[in-house]
Amino acid sequence: MILIKTNIKNMTNLEKFREETKEWLDKNCPPSMRSGADPKIPVDEVWGGRNAEYKNPESKLWLDRMGEKGWTMPTVPKEYGGGGLSKDEVKVLNEELFRIGAKQPLLSFGIWMLAPVLLEYGSEEQKKEHIPKIIKGEIRWCQGYSEPGSGSDLASLATKAEDIGEKFLVNGQKVWTSYADKADWIFALVRTGPKEPKHDGISFLLIDMATKGVSTKPITLISGKSPFCETFFDNVEVPKGNLIGELNAGWTIAKKLLQHERAFISNFGLAAGMGSKRDIVSIAKKHLGEENGKINNGFYRSEISSHKIKEHAFGLTLKRAGDEGGKASATASMFKLYGTEHNKKRHELMVAASGINGVAWDGDEFDDNDKNLTRAWLRTKGNSIEGGTSEVQLNVISKRVLGLPSQ
Amino acid sequence: MKLVLSEEEQFLKDTAKNFAEERSPISHFRSLRDNNDRKLWDKDIWSEMVKLGWPGILIPEEFGGSNFGVTGIGVILQECAKTLTPSPLFATGVLGGYAISEFGNDEQKNNYLPKIVNGEITTALAVDETSHHDPYATELIAKKSNSGFTLSGKKIFVIDGASADLLIVLARTSGSKGDSTGLSLFIMDSNKSGIEAKKLDMADSRNYANIYFNDVSVDESSLLGDLETAGETVESILDIGRIAMSAEMLGNAESAFEITLDYLKQRKQFGAFIGSFQALQHRAAEMFCEIELTKSSVLAAMRAADENSNELQRLSSLSKTVAGETLHLVSNEAIQMHGGIGVTDEYDIGFFLKRARVTEQIFGSAKYHTERYANLSGF
Repeated sequence: MILIKTNIKNMTNLEKFREETKEWLDKNCPPSMRSGADPKIPVDEVWGGRNAEYKNPESKLWLDRMGEKGWTMPTVPKEYGGGGLSKDEVKVLNEELFRIGAKQPLLSFGIWMLAPVLLEYGSEEQKKEHIPKIIKGEIRWCQGYSEPGSGSDLASLATKAEDIGEKFLVNGQKVWTSYADKADWIFALVRTGPKEPKHDGISFLLIDMATKGVSTKPITLISGKSPFCETFFDNVEVPKGNLIGELNAGWTIAKKLLQHERAFISNFGLAAGMGSKRDIVSIAKKHLGEENGKINNGFYRSEISSHKIKEHAFGLTLKRAGDEGGKASATASMFKLYGTEHNKKRHELMVAASGINGVAWDGDEFDDNDKNLTRAWLRTKGNSIEGGTSEVQLNVISKRVLGLPSQ
Repeated sequence: MKLVLSEEEQFLKDTAKNFAEERSPISHFRSLRDNNDRKLWDKDIWSEMVKLGWPGILIPEEFGGSNFGVTGIGVILQECAKTLTPSPLFATGVLGGYAISEFGNDEQKNNYLPKIVNGEITTALAVDETSHHDPYATELIAKKSNSGFTLSGKKIFVIDGASADLLIVLARTSGSKGDSTGLSLFIMDSNKSGIEAKKLDMADSRNYANIYFNDVSVDESSLLGDLETAGETVESILDIGRIAMSAEMLGNAESAFEITLDYLKQRKQFGAFIGSFQALQHRAAEMFCEIELTKSSVLAAMRAADENSNELQRLSSLSKTVAGETLHLVSNEAIQMHGGIGVTDEYDIGFFLKRARVTEQIFGSAKYHTERYANLSGF
């Protein structure tokens, strides 16, 4: 009986929360941030930060309002600027956001990667300093992990941070820092213990990109785009208060953050596939023709069906992991591996099914869909490299999940 | 649709796991095969399954069943498949139990269902006539006669056809080979005059038969469901069968993978455990992923069957495809990773390969279901 009463009480509270949320969204979600927005209004990809620019002022307004509520990170406690919502309330919030087709107010490595580890490893002061600014989109973060000599073997990283009393003196180079040229701060792995075994001499350090001695240079990818940079540290002085966790204990934090990153990349690939305007079936029908509603080429049709079956099964597996309560670490590697490999395959199929249009690069003779597909296809090649290659994921599964011995 | 087992379903699964490991380890199957038993399943094991209530899982309570659903019987088949347990549970508990509960009239239900529940009879579903699964290719004819119908023709690869007491037969009452219309289902005792079952020796050493119908007379009351509605009803029975078979195939794959993983951890070559070689580790990790996808696909399909979802057909084809491809991969890799011992009869792993290839054909291969999925999805 007591149980039943509590449930009813919860229901009522949840229903009340839904009503309040509906009302708030109704008042505060600007029209151009919802489904059915005027297509003539320019669309921003909102990453926030000190130097953010907005083509549509409502993008900024929507970010500010959601940030003020803490709803860009709804489960984070209110004392750190979060929404302080329960899991059930977040579910309601997401349903209501989905119902009106609300645009995501903020894309942020701070939200996806840094804030979760700050919550776990940061000091009280660090949490209060950084998390609210992440939530409000005031500070845009980038990730300083890989180095020219440290890719898959990340723990061999050489960027050093020397103890010079009040501060660390940082020297070295990072590579593959996403949007470093646009970011305000970087969370970086640095070597603080040059004599210790490689995993035990690494620290997790936050560095303001505006500090003297920090510089960036964009890297042009095979897709022709430059989402990544090289980042250089030349005698950069960093206050010791910017160290997260213990000195030389950064590897644990680094691994935790990678799990958040992998989960993000794999979900991203799938979400991109499912919600994408690029549908493999319609692309195939357009370029190969259709007869009686069927793709007019048996070979492509069979390959596409196999692929869609795998996509369906993968989606069901994500759902199952959610229903089981998400046993994060073991499955993160599997999802990263499968999600990215699947996304690559999907793009290969779309390119192949588009024929010559699938390799269009530029100019007026091709339409934007074809040209964008080419670029997107090339970009997917990085999916199975960034955030731990597919081979690294296979190693993780072999050892941690299957318990296979090391050599 | 929640993709996690309920407490009761988990309990059933655990019970089945213990049962299979204790009462029917792989050595049990081996001895049946070696003794060339006609039924290729053991009546004592079957009686114990009956006592546990397993044949009645898809049967309504009023006829003595537990109406516990496809997920319930699916997890049992999955666990029993791990030790290659041969039994009439699939043909009787799934195909017969579902077909009669769903499409039988009151008289048929009262007649047969309690007997299925208490283990008095076993059943078989006779559908195919061609080497590739194709229900609409049915040519076995049921001609209207004064007292009912006369059946003539041949059914092949009938599961448990060498031992079943009751046959459910797909027959053509009009039209011709390839038509999805003009089909009807009949239910009859297997000892009727004119019926002859010829046992098949298949690679997996299970119970199958070709069944010949030489002017077999049946009454009007032998129709299961209405005349000429079987194009749809048989698909519905087959979909439940495909899903249950996928669960069995999943268990088969899980077990072959586990045995292989154990072997990788104990076999030494070049002074090291072979499981420490990356060439094998990565392939094992890939199999792990495929098995995880199969678990989700099979569970979603079982749930869809229990919730009578409009996704049932697509999920049935999805699960048969995914289970088929995964089992194909795992059964091949299992042999290769075992090396020489993997191709000896003395070692069990070869049983999984032989069983795999037969189950892959049952009620449609992965290719068949990839095509069906495409048709159902409008590709």
